[in-house]
Amino acid sequence: MILYLGRRLLGVLGVLVAIAAVTFAVFYVLPSDPAAAACGKSCSTDRLEAIRAHMGLDAPLWRQFADFVTGIFTGRTLGTGRYALHCDFPCLGYSYENSQGVWDLLVDRLPVSASLAVGAAAIWLLLGLSAGVTAALRKDTLTDRVLMVGAVAAASLPVYFTSVMLIYGLIRVTGLLPYPQYVPFGTDPLSWASNLLLPWLALALLYAAMYARQSRNSMIESMAEPYIRTARAKGLPRRTVVVKHGLRAGMTPILTIFGMDLGGLLAGAVITESIFGLPGIGRLFYGALSTGDQPVILGVTLLAATFIVVANLAVDLLYAVVDPRVRY
Amino acid sequence: MTTTPPSPVTTTGPPSATTAPPPLTRTAHGPWQLVRAELRRRPAARLSLGVVAFFALLAAAAPLIAALGGWGPDEFDKSAVDPYLGGLPIGPLGGVSAEHWLGVEPVTGRDLFARVVHGAQVSLLIAFSATAIVVVAGTAAGIAAGYFGGRTDTALSRLMDLTMSFPSLIFMIAMMSVARDVNRIVLMTAVIGLFGWPGIARIVRGQTLSLKHREYVDAARVGGSGPLRILVRDILPGVAGPVIAYTTLIVPGMIATEAALSYLGVGVRPPTPSWGQMIAESVSYYETDPMYFAVPSLCLFLTVLAFTLLGDALRDVLDPRGGGA
Repeated sequence: MILYLGRRLLGVLGVLVAIAAVTFAVFYVLPSDPAAAACGKSCSTDRLEAIRAHMGLDAPLWRQFADFVTGIFTGRTLGTGRYALHCDFPCLGYSYENSQGVWDLLVDRLPVSASLAVGAAAIWLLLGLSAGVTAALRKDTLTDRVLMVGAVAAASLPVYFTSVMLIYGLIRVTGLLPYPQYVPFGTDPLSWASNLLLPWLALALLYAAMYARQSRNSMIESMAEPYIRTARAKGLPRRTVVVKHGLRAGMTPILTIFGMDLGGLLAGAVITESIFGLPGIGRLFYGALSTGDQPVILGVTLLAATFIVVANLAVDLLYAVVDPRVRY
Repeated sequence: MTTTPPSPVTTTGPPSATTAPPPLTRTAHGPWQLVRAELRRRPAARLSLGVVAFFALLAAAAPLIAALGGWGPDEFDKSAVDPYLGGLPIGPLGGVSAEHWLGVEPVTGRDLFARVVHGAQVSLLIAFSATAIVVVAGTAAGIAAGYFGGRTDTALSRLMDLTMSFPSLIFMIAMMSVARDVNRIVLMTAVIGLFGWPGIARIVRGQTLSLKHREYVDAARVGGSGPLRILVRDILPGVAGPVIAYTTLIVPGMIATEAALSYLGVGVRPPTPSWGQMIAESVSYYETDPMYFAVPSLCLFLTVLAFTLLGDALRDVLDPRGGGA
């Protein structure tokens, strides 16, 4: 187990370095002048000089990359002399647009994105799995058909369409919910939830539909296994058979996609956050696009990759818990 | 998961049988016969095929069909909008009239029918081209990994894992925003295509692994066929079924991705219309001019839905592992 964990952690590190290298190359090779790109639209010559010095564009590309990676682990001083700017561990660069270190920006915004992702995930798991399991247990009945047609239709709706419809229905017409404004969980949990409910629903609907389809399929497969018949023959209550035997084994493929989805969302649901005006990482990213704030774009990409890779690792470790047949 | 090896649905392979209990007596063996039988059985899939064909035709003949309406996609019609109402279209339902079949855009008065038809062309062109890239690259990588095994397999599998670890949407957005002044449609196709191939590669790899030690493949090997000939003549037909099914299931994702990128403003640039971009422009009018918002949204929704339903049906007959459905 420990050996396995060590090997996996090494792999994770390798993947992250590879992703960092690709991302770095994209941002430093594709634009004709990365410094001008980071400087933004109204850029004074002096500022441009400073950014040039900070980025160390004179050095060879591998050197720049090595400095960048070292900076993440140790922090570093960007530029020298007049332009020197200290960037603490973990240094992901400096956003000239926001006059703030990229890491600090990300840490500021993370609670919003995390709140959005976790709440939405809870809703979509509940909705998706219950719909999927219900459909699987009533395979080929009307309930099954209705649920699955609904799921395909919901999965075909883009999140920006659903969001607008929800805003219209639940805010404009009925006034049931407030227009989302982020309230930290620590300040007022109730207001946190009621404000986020709408974005949660918008995001959850799409995923719930996909999870319903997926869990129906894997439930049908696992309920056909011989051990289900054995469990039934032993006279176990139907509930126990379905939940403890069927669902537990059927969860493995769900867990895989769940890890990926949650990991991807933690680093910001770009569209949802922009529509609802939630100040999360996704919106930071979207803002950085319009101003061409390269360091932020690079930072968000790396953070997102980290979440995905770590979530995958966590999922692999969880397999052993969910499915007792898995051993490391 | 059943232990019986998946059977290729092919004319050159051994007699085919589906592992799932067949819902009807299948005497037909060719994949197309199976597809036809399934379509007969499922009205929803038949309807989906119709919708897909309709939009594909719309996209392919966009300039011709749009010309029927008499307006170009970039032609302004100031007489169709009311300057005193902030440029809202004149007339019911967003300005629907004999002149403008689906109404007009607020402010500019551009014909919505012409734009949505041209938008179909852009959206579907990108989605289909990206799908083609993904399918060709994914199939090639999957076959190579599965057939050659060893180091090739390790290297390709690692590459698949790495590609799947990329936060693809964020990365696509980033790449689209960095690269400027090139053909946006080509760039978008390439960027979307870059991240989609591992999914299909994994499926093809698994299928190839189960095919490569079949007798007919061994026979070809003993008969002196080179690896390339075996791959093309013996393995490729065997993986064709699942590939066709998953291709249909990839398309809706590609359409949605294109729409999302264009919605976020990093896709095709105005005045070129695409559905996502039209939705982005119309979103602020959803209350004052619902038709403007509804037309591109409905096109996007219907196309994605139809492709998904069609793909589900195809997967059930063509993928030996079955979708479980």
